[in-house]
Amino acid sequence: MADNRPCRRDLMNRINTASFAVDDVKLFLDTHPCDTEALEYFHEFQRIRKAALKEYSRYYGPLTIDTADVDECDRWNWINDPWPWQEGGC
Amino acid sequence: MWNYEKRLQYPVKITQTNPKMAQVIISQFGGPDGELAASMRYLSQRYTMPYKEVTGILTDIGTEELAHMEMVCVIVHQLTRDLTPEELKASGFDKYYVDHTLALWPQAASGAPWTATYFQSKGDPITDLHEDLAAEQKARTTYENILRLINDPEVADPIRFLREREIVHYQRFGESLRIVQDRLDSKNFYAFNPEFDIRDSGKCCK
Repeated sequence: MADNRPCRRDLMNRINTASFAVDDVKLFLDTHPCDTEALEYFHEFQRIRKAALKEYSRYYGPLTIDTADVDECDRWNWINDPWPWQEGGC
Repeated sequence: MWNYEKRLQYPVKITQTNPKMAQVIISQFGGPDGELAASMRYLSQRYTMPYKEVTGILTDIGTEELAHMEMVCVIVHQLTRDLTPEELKASGFDKYYVDHTLALWPQAASGAPWTATYFQSKGDPITDLHEDLAAEQKARTTYENILRLINDPEVADPIRFLREREIVHYQRFGESLRIVQDRLDSKNFYAFNPEFDIRDSGKCCK
């Protein structure tokens, strides 16, 4: 692929940061379901997470089954990239 | 239904092996206050929990504990990968190696195998939430005990993250207990068990 791909580490950092924000506020919302400020916070980071996961998948392979898009390619690519505990994994 | 994400919740990148530390840290995989017991505890308790906020917190924290179990396993794996027979003998990791080679297996630091007797699923929300609150504190103490033995910042960093999550989970379980008690008889929280004595609590489907 060409060199105009987005930086892999930057993309991964964006996914990790936004995903952790979602993980954390999700727990807060479980016990504070009517907190509008927390709901807004959730929506903002959920949107960033979704966009970053989609972009990551397009250039570097899927991290979730939701972004394992088989339409663009005729083979199953979920198993190809390294696992998190392996060299080069996330 | 779970979706696996091919990433760690918090990064683990350990460049120096240390089988002695691995032997201690493995307790947070398969020990009495480890992440496997934590996840199984919450995911087992949630089915009969009659309050949706608390069912949600048990599901979501139980799921997050699986991610913590994965992080602990990655720490142990990276501390033990490519060990030579000489390193195994010198470190005392040879006793683990003889049964498991360098694979991960849930045991306590003492070598005791993981067992479901490490947790309780009692079917009473006040009882179960007190167990959950205690479990988070016991795990925090264990991580603090581990941190006193660590010199390598690459190991200490993810362990500190895991310790902090115990505190967040304790807070959420405290809020869950308050939610449960707000719905009980304030003069006698033990007047009835809402997981057993209210028989129409689960009626949502025809």
